[in-house]
Amino acid sequence: MKAIYKRELGAYFHSMIGSVCVAFMLAAVGLYFMVYNMFQGAPGFATALSSAIFLFIIVIPLLTMRSVAEDRKNKTDQLLLTAPVSVTSVVLGKFFAMVTVFAVPCVLYCFCPLIMKLASGSEGIVYFKSDYATILAFLLLGCLYISIGLLISALTESQIIAAVATAGVLVLLYLWDGILNFLPTAAGGNLIGMIIVVLLIALLLYSLTSSFVISGVVGAAGIVALVVCYIVNSELFASLLPNVLGAFSLTTVLTNFATDYIFDAGGLVLYLSLTFLMLFLTVQMIQRRRWN
Amino acid sequence: MIEIRNLVKRYGDHVAVDHLNLTIEEGKVYGFLGPNGAGKSTTMNIMTGYLSATEGDVIINGHSILEEPEEAKACIGYLPELPPLYTDMTVLEYLTFCAGLKRVPVQERSAQIQRVVQMTRLESVIGRLIANLSKGYRQRVGLAQAILGFPPIIILDEPTIGLDPKQIIEIRRLISNLAKEHTVILSSHILSEIQAVCDQIIIIHHGKLLANDTPDRLEEELGGSNTLHLTVKGEKKTVEKLLANEAGVTVEELEQEGAYTYATVRMGAEDVREHLFFACADQRTPILNLHLDETSLEQVFLRLTSDAVVAPPQKKRRGLLHRNSVQPEGTSIAVAPVHPEEPEKHEEVSD
Repeated sequence: MKAIYKRELGAYFHSMIGSVCVAFMLAAVGLYFMVYNMFQGAPGFATALSSAIFLFIIVIPLLTMRSVAEDRKNKTDQLLLTAPVSVTSVVLGKFFAMVTVFAVPCVLYCFCPLIMKLASGSEGIVYFKSDYATILAFLLLGCLYISIGLLISALTESQIIAAVATAGVLVLLYLWDGILNFLPTAAGGNLIGMIIVVLLIALLLYSLTSSFVISGVVGAAGIVALVVCYIVNSELFASLLPNVLGAFSLTTVLTNFATDYIFDAGGLVLYLSLTFLMLFLTVQMIQRRRWN
Repeated sequence: MIEIRNLVKRYGDHVAVDHLNLTIEEGKVYGFLGPNGAGKSTTMNIMTGYLSATEGDVIINGHSILEEPEEAKACIGYLPELPPLYTDMTVLEYLTFCAGLKRVPVQERSAQIQRVVQMTRLESVIGRLIANLSKGYRQRVGLAQAILGFPPIIILDEPTIGLDPKQIIEIRRLISNLAKEHTVILSSHILSEIQAVCDQIIIIHHGKLLANDTPDRLEEELGGSNTLHLTVKGEKKTVEKLLANEAGVTVEELEQEGAYTYATVRMGAEDVREHLFFACADQRTPILNLHLDETSLEQVFLRLTSDAVVAPPQKKRRGLLHRNSVQPEGTSIAVAPVHPEEPEKHEEVSD
């Protein structure tokens, strides 16, 4: 893992991608920092940071697109997979290299609250706790998005497809809360929505396992359970879909930190567990390709 | 030692490897031979753990590649068909990375890299970016990577593909050197190469094992030809008469060019070469060239792998400087026939 980590990290800075990502993240957040905090005098660096989350949509695909797809295209995956290292450590090596690139600007962000303190003098108020907690949440959200990009990169040989698909998913996640507002609230509509969700999960299972039995059983059992619940107590279903999907609103967690000054530990757990899931799926996708 | 047990690999309906059983013993050089699409690369990819098998198992030095992949992979150095190079690294960086990947202890790394670089003659390009290297050097970097860590088994998938004759010779020498301490398995469809380097030949076709034997035994078992090529300094008539005196000989071709007579004859059960020699000597018509048209590996290969059973007999070129079956070490290029009257026109490669 260490060798792969070092190589990947070196590759990011050899090929400029790493430097470009770091520079872009610093410039974008720096701009917000300058306008919000330095000129308008807002006391929290968190405000600037949470305003700049659109930069994920640009930076993450750039960072993750080459991770697995390039290896597959250049056949260097043969080197990695025939070396005495496990697939898990290959994936982790790549993941941590990307996280390191991403962490560089995050570490530099840590200076911003200090700059504010210096600039505002002794009577100035700076919310250090909230600011640093937000930077942590920002970093963890970045890790999660990186793991999503890594998974998508493992699905294709083409870096372009990986980048576009990752950007698409990130746009969807960025607009997640807005989209949820348009979902139906009536019980009947939610039943249909939930059935669609179950079917999508079954489809995902099928594409991962290629087992018709497993995905069929999961899909059928889910639908039956939903219909039975609906018949027993249809009130449960009112606004169920927005509530269920709302739990996966990733940007809300960051907003909780930044604007509501809440240390959303549950949100961080969500970030970490989803990251873990994505990494697990990436390993599975690479393993599965060996079988086909 | 590698044991391939009942290996099957299916891609959908296509069976790439079909119930392959094979034991590879220590300390020999094995040649994997087969037409394109025979399953050579697939078998190698499964042996090295890059692909999984549909059925069966590969045991490498007691470790199953499916159950204990890391232990099994540690015994193998692999050069795939396309060298797996990171073109954004220099040769030294790349080899250092590979040494780390193969868990070469830190204190041994630089010494090992140095040794490997010497073996593959990469000294002059060690600091250059792999992206800027020629095909031959890239192949050698790939080879260096396979040797690194000095695993007991080294698997090379078409190691000389795309190289010029000089580089082929170098790589072949390297393989011979490696064979002293390692088991080497290499695949190729260049028969002369396999013949020159390998102790044992494995022929596969349609994913099935067709033969697993030494080159000599393969040639012997599958043919034993009895066609004789002859160049005699003398008149056609004299030669014809001489040949007619030999028991069981049928003349297939007889031709005179200048002072020389060329003949292709088929012998019966008896080997008449000795008798013929003295007969010609008595007539003062010296034999300038006499050789048996041995079944070449090529013929064995064609016979085994062609679905239409009969392979066309190899057309040998006549000539005084004709070299038959045993090729000089290292030359893969046929030496052009040279006519006695003509000035020499070798097409040999300067080494």
